Amino acid sequence: MTRRSPVLAGAVAFALAALLLMAMGGELMTPMLPVAALALAAAGLAAMRLPAWRGWLMGLGAHGAAFALLSALPLLAGHLGAAFWALVIAAWLGAWSFAEALSGARLRSGMGRRALDLAVPLVFGAWILILWEILVRGLGVPAVLLPPPSAIWLRLAGSLPTLAADFRQTFLKAVLVGYAIGCGAGFLAAILVDRVPFLRRGLLPVGNLVSALPIVGVAPIMVMWFGFDWPSKAAVVVIMTFFPMLVNTVAGLAAASAMERDLMRTYAAGYWQALAKLRLPAALPFIFNALKINSTLALIGAIVAEFFGTPIVGMGFRISTEVGRMNIDMVWAEIAVAALAGSAFYALVSALERVLTFWHPSYRT
Amino acid sequence: MTSAPVAEPGAAIGYRARAGWPRRLAAGQAVPVLVVCLGILAIWYVAAVALNAPFQRDAFARAKASPTTLEFVAATLAQDRPVLPSPHQVAEELWKTTVTVRPSSKRSLVYHGWVTLSSTLLGFLMGTLLGVALAVAILHSRTLDKSLMPWIVASQTIPILAIAPMVIVVLNAVGITGLVPKAAISTYLSFFPVTVGMVKGLRSPEPIHLDLMRTYSASRAQLFWKLRWPASVPFLFTSMKVAVAASLVGAIVGEMPTGAVAGLGARLLSGSYYGQTVQIWAALLAAALLASVLVAIVGLADRIVRRRMGAPA
Repeated sequence: MTRRSPVLAGAVAFALAALLLMAMGGELMTPMLPVAALALAAAGLAAMRLPAWRGWLMGLGAHGAAFALLSALPLLAGHLGAAFWALVIAAWLGAWSFAEALSGARLRSGMGRRALDLAVPLVFGAWILILWEILVRGLGVPAVLLPPPSAIWLRLAGSLPTLAADFRQTFLKAVLVGYAIGCGAGFLAAILVDRVPFLRRGLLPVGNLVSALPIVGVAPIMVMWFGFDWPSKAAVVVIMTFFPMLVNTVAGLAAASAMERDLMRTYAAGYWQALAKLRLPAALPFIFNALKINSTLALIGAIVAEFFGTPIVGMGFRISTEVGRMNIDMVWAEIAVAALAGSAFYALVSALERVLTFWHPSYRT
Repeated sequence: MTSAPVAEPGAAIGYRARAGWPRRLAAGQAVPVLVVCLGILAIWYVAAVALNAPFQRDAFARAKASPTTLEFVAATLAQDRPVLPSPHQVAEELWKTTVTVRPSSKRSLVYHGWVTLSSTLLGFLMGTLLGVALAVAILHSRTLDKSLMPWIVASQTIPILAIAPMVIVVLNAVGITGLVPKAAISTYLSFFPVTVGMVKGLRSPEPIHLDLMRTYSASRAQLFWKLRWPASVPFLFTSMKVAVAASLVGAIVGEMPTGAVAGLGARLLSGSYYGQTVQIWAALLAAALLASVLVAIVGLADRIVRRRMGAPA
């Protein structure tokens, strides 16, 4: 990074402006704020002279300022003036510059590069939370509209038993059972369909069409058929996951090239041998693609189906009732759990894919 | 027809026996699709009879009637609130609520479909614009690429639909009602595929093409408009097909949990409250039709644009 960064210059300018405004007085301050502004400005100026140290300097400066701002919030709430907001902007630009330095960094070791690839988005996410907290509390946004992350965290930590019960009901019962049945049925159907070329030509376009349909709409019907408890949600998940699996597996079974198939034929391999040794392994990337799509669809299906009637437990139930009672922090806590569960599920499937399709070009380095 | 030569390379593919017209028809796509659709219809009828039979048996037992099998089957397919309505009942309901009722009436599916369609289209439009803008920003900023892109990918694994009720209630509390909250959900669902697809598309030009532009000393803007943008068009349309379907799902789910009075989602909800199964299935079928028409329109636009740009058909 040899060229001058406008972001860094902006950070320094805003930090100096904040200092100037504080020096002019007339605004309530904690002692930590001027120190933080001074440190940030100094770090920025030093980073301009020593570009190699920019990451360290701006990282320290920006996060120090963020700490000062966050700890000043409860004392100053309601009396925030221009100096405070100038420092907020300066800290944000400083963090941006920090991220810029991180993403521009060249590391030789593979481990370090991977750690860096993880660190940049983490810094970004952390700053979303920091700005969210400062803006919501600084501007006095009512908690009914958007609670600050700290309140959501408190609520999350305070109602773990409820959240765990919801998780058990929605995820461990409805999602996992539905996912297993739906994907399994789609897979078996694909193997059957594959044996009949006529069916394959007919089912693929239909399956592709169905994959684009708003299948969540069957939720009320399933609730009518299977009752309020989790089997009806699992049924919705089965229907939602069936078609992506079917279409992808059928496409995957056709993925083995003619040469490879002919090779199997020269070995006098039977249908099942060719299936197990050539065509299923070749189809694995497609199958995992479906498994990954389905991991998201399954959670959506189960949650939306709960909007149509549940026993008094479950993630979708909690979200819709707490929205009605205007407990928005509980809704966010539930969403955080759902997001965590969804990403973990997806990550698990991806990890499995990496292990099983290690031979695929996209994983070879 | 002789048996295929076994060990010749390529014996497995492209091998077509010369045969009469039934075989040639079956090798196309139209006939298999038709047969599959008819098969689905047949399964639907059988399932309708099977699922509605217990109730009908009770009803006949109570009336002390002893129907013939044919009468019994006919009765299962003509119930007022069947467990699974038969296809012709659904078709009849669709016909009744679209053609015979005034389009402006609350009972018309055209009216409800229009409500859903308008928020779908608004959300789709905003989502596509937002998605393209984000993709361009990500393309031009290394920092955004490194920091934002992982979150965009990760956010696809999050059941974002779960926040639909909250978005609607919160926006209502601020005084924003009607079309915009639903469109916001559609926007949210539809911008991810567009962003991901467009980033891929804008990066799809080969290094050789980029080098050529550099030898012409093309500016950044010229590089974008003359090479990257045209190269990304196929990706744009592919992701728009996904986005429009997601947008419709968003609009329907946005109408479901909040007691909305109009739209296909509201129709599903009120049907489930009052046990009007025929109404639910009709709304569901209408939504499916809408989805396939929207995807088909995007596909058509894709083909037209490609032909205009001189791509091989």
